[in-house]
Amino acid sequence: MKKEFGILIMLVVLCVVVSIVNPNFLSATNLQNNARLIGMFGIFGIGAGVVIMTGGIDLSVGSLFALLGILLTFMLAKWHWPWPLAIAVTLLASALLGLCHGLLVTKVKIQPFLVTLCGLLFYRGLARYIANDQSQGFGYCRGFETLQKLTTGKFFGVPMPFIFLLIIAFIMWVVLHRSVYGRYLLAAGRNEEATLFSGINTTKVITSAYVICTFLAGISAILFAFYTNSIAPSSHGNFYELYGIAAAVLGGCSLRGGQGSVIGILIGTTLILVLRNLVNLLGIPSSLDFAMLGTVILIGVIVDQILQRQKGKARHAV
Amino acid sequence: MQGIEKSFPGVKALDKVDLDVFSCEVVALIGENGAGKSTLMNILGGVLQPDAGTIKINGETTIIHNVSEAIKLGIGFIHQDLNVLDNLTIAGNVFLGREPLRFGPLKLIDNRRLRTRTEPYLKRLGLDLSPDTPLSELSIAHQQMVEIAKALSLNARILIMDEPTSSLTLTETRRLFEVIRQLRNDGVSVIYISHRLAEVKECADRVVGLRDGVNAGALSRDRITHDNMVHLMIGRQLEDFYISPATHAEPGCFRVKNLTTAAYPDCQIDFEAARGEILGFAGLVGAGRSEMARAIFGVDQPITGSIHLAGKELQIRSAKDAIENGIYLMPEDRRKSGLIVEMTVRENITLPNLASFSFAGLIKHNQEKKAASAQCKKLNIKTPSSETVAENLSGGNQQKVVLAKWLALTPKVIIFDEPTRGIDVGAKSEIYHLMRNLADSGVVVIIISSDMEEILGVSDRIAVMHEGKITGQLQRNKFNEETIMRLAVGHAVERQSQ
Repeated sequence: MKKEFGILIMLVVLCVVVSIVNPNFLSATNLQNNARLIGMFGIFGIGAGVVIMTGGIDLSVGSLFALLGILLTFMLAKWHWPWPLAIAVTLLASALLGLCHGLLVTKVKIQPFLVTLCGLLFYRGLARYIANDQSQGFGYCRGFETLQKLTTGKFFGVPMPFIFLLIIAFIMWVVLHRSVYGRYLLAAGRNEEATLFSGINTTKVITSAYVICTFLAGISAILFAFYTNSIAPSSHGNFYELYGIAAAVLGGCSLRGGQGSVIGILIGTTLILVLRNLVNLLGIPSSLDFAMLGTVILIGVIVDQILQRQKGKARHAV
Repeated sequence: MQGIEKSFPGVKALDKVDLDVFSCEVVALIGENGAGKSTLMNILGGVLQPDAGTIKINGETTIIHNVSEAIKLGIGFIHQDLNVLDNLTIAGNVFLGREPLRFGPLKLIDNRRLRTRTEPYLKRLGLDLSPDTPLSELSIAHQQMVEIAKALSLNARILIMDEPTSSLTLTETRRLFEVIRQLRNDGVSVIYISHRLAEVKECADRVVGLRDGVNAGALSRDRITHDNMVHLMIGRQLEDFYISPATHAEPGCFRVKNLTTAAYPDCQIDFEAARGEILGFAGLVGAGRSEMARAIFGVDQPITGSIHLAGKELQIRSAKDAIENGIYLMPEDRRKSGLIVEMTVRENITLPNLASFSFAGLIKHNQEKKAASAQCKKLNIKTPSSETVAENLSGGNQQKVVLAKWLALTPKVIIFDEPTRGIDVGAKSEIYHLMRNLADSGVVVIIISSDMEEILGVSDRIAVMHEGKITGQLQRNKFNEETIMRLAVGHAVERQSQ
C-alpha cells in the first residue's frame, strides 16, 4: 500500500499544480476527456500489469489494437455482421492470441519479450496487409448505433470507457487480491519453482495471465476503434503497449514479477494521462510529450529503487 | 582482533569480541546462526567496518576500509557461495582484474603468460587441470580450489573459509582438508567456519566459539570433542541431540519399483520404506538421490518405474499428483524451491492448501490466518507473527515453515532432502525430533543427507547410493561410517578391499 501512496501524492500534487496554472484542467469537458482516455488506457494497463506480475511482458498490445480495429471495421461496416457477433469474435480472437503467447512462453519456453516482440511486428504487418494500408472507418455506424453509443457515449455525464474501467478494475481487484488464483499468480511471479513444488500448475497460471492481458486489450481495442472512428493500420495504437507497461511499473509492478496492485496501476495510468493533458494545457510543445513521460517514469523508478534499498538495509540488519 | 563491536539498527551483532589467529594454525569458528561469525569475518575481510575495536596484523594495528585493502593485507575470503565467473577459464578467474597485458596501450590480454602464471598454483593445490578449462565444466569442489588458487596468487596469509564443505562430497571434503593442512604447513593461517562438528574435529587446531555476539570460549586441540563444541555453541548440553530408534515398523508400505531418472538412464532404483521408520539415503553428492526424490515427487518425469503406496500403484505426473496422494518433498534448496522468501509465513504455509481456505475461488482471510498461526505455534516457528516475510526468518525457522506447509495437509510420505543444510544445532535437533514424531504417527519418512553424522544419527535403515544405483542397505545395528563410505564410492572399491 505504501508504494501506491507515494505515487498517489505525486498525482495529487501534479493535479493541483496544473489546475492552478490552468483552471481549464477542472472544466467538465476536460475532465470528461481525461476520464475517457483513462478508461481506455487503464483497461489494457491492468492487463499489462497482470503479465508483468508473472515476470513477463506483453509488447504486442499496440499492434493488436490496429489488427483488431481493422477486423472490427470489416465485420461491421463491410460485411454488416450483427454487432454482438462482431464483438464476440473480436474478444475471442484477442483471447486466442493471448493463449498463443502464453503457450509459447510456458510450453516452448521462449522469453516473453521475444514472443510478444514478434507479435508486435506480425500483427502490425497483418493489419496493414488486410487493410491494404488504407485507413478504415465505421462511416455513420448504420446498423450498430447502439454499439457506438455504448462505447463512446456517457452515463450520467461519465464517459462509458471510464465506467467499463471501474467495472473491470473491481473484478480484477477481486481476482488478483482476494482470490486463490491471484495468490497463485503472484506466487508464480515471485518464484515459479517453489510454486510448482507446492503443487500448483504454474503453466496454467502463467498462460492465463497472457490471455487476460490480450482479452482486456481486446476490450480497449474496441473502445479505441470507436474513439478514433478511423483506423490507420500503420499508426493506430503505435507505442500504446509502452503506456500500459509504464502505468503498471509506475503503479508498483516490478518487472521481476510477483509484485503489483490494481489500484497502483489505476493511479499510474491516471498520472500518465494527466501528464499528457498537462502538455496540452500548459502549451508545452507536444513534441516533448514522450520526453516528459520518460523523465517522470525514470524519476518514479529511481525513487522506488532508493526506497527499496533502504528497506533492504533495514532488513539485513535484523 | 580485539574488542570488536558492531551494531546494526536494533541489534548488537558483536560485543567486545576477541579473536587471535597464529600463523600455521587452523582455527575453527563455530556458533549458531546469528552468533556473529559472518559479521566478524566480514569485518576482517573489509566488507563491514567495526564500530569499535582494533585489528592487528603481525603486531601492527591496521584499519581495513574495504575488500581490496584486506586483499592487500593478505586476507583471502572464500565465501560459501563461490564468487567465480563460470564463463571464464580457470586462468581468467585466478587473475581476474590482474591479467598480464601486452601491446602496451592496446591492453590486450596475454593469454600465454596468463596460462603459465596460473599453472604453479594449480600444481600447488594438486589440481590436474588445464588453466584453459572453463569454470562451467568444473565441479563445485574444483571451483572452490580455483578460488583458493586465486587467494594464493594474491599472497594470502590468512584464509577465511565460510562453510566450505556445504556442497562438497565426502571425498572432496577429505581432499580439501589435505589442502588446508598443506597450506597451514606452508605458513598460512586458516579461519574455518562450519556447522559440521565432525569436520571441525578433523581439521581444526583450535576452536573458537561465539554465542549471541560474544566470545563463548575456546578449545585447544586435545579438548575438541563433539560435546564440548555443542556446549560452547549453545551454552548447555543438548540432551538427545539425535533421536531414538523406531519402536515399530510396518514394512512394505511405500515401494518404488524400477525407477529410472534422466540423470542415470541406465540404472534402476528399487526400494521399500516402512511406515514408522526413518529411511536414510546416504551417498556422495551427485549419486542421483535428489533426482530420485524429484522423480517420486513428480517434478521430473521418470523414464520408467512405478510408485506404490499401501499396495496401490500411483499415477504421478506432476507435483500436484504427488501432493494429492500425500507424498511431499522438502527440497534440497529451500530458498529456491521450498519457499517463496519474499512472501509472508502465512502465504507460504497455506500455498499448497489454499483451496481449503476458500469459497468460490475467494480466500477466506480469517480462516487462513488462523490456520497459519496454529501451524507456527505447533512447530515452534520463531517469528514475530505469521505476517512476517519468510526472508527475515533464520534458516532453521524457514525450514520449519516448509515443513508446516506439508503438515497442514495429511502426509503419508515425506522426503527430506538435505533438511539441515546451513541450519544451527538447536534447530537441527528440533527437526530430527519432528521427523521421529512424524514416523511414529505412521508417516513414511525418507531423509537424504550427505552429512555422515546426521544420516547415522537419524536413520533406522540406510540405503546407500552410488551413480544412480542403490549399492547397499544397512540396518541400524550394522551402521558404520566405513561400510557406508565403501558403498558410496561403488562396488569396485569394495571388491578391492575384500
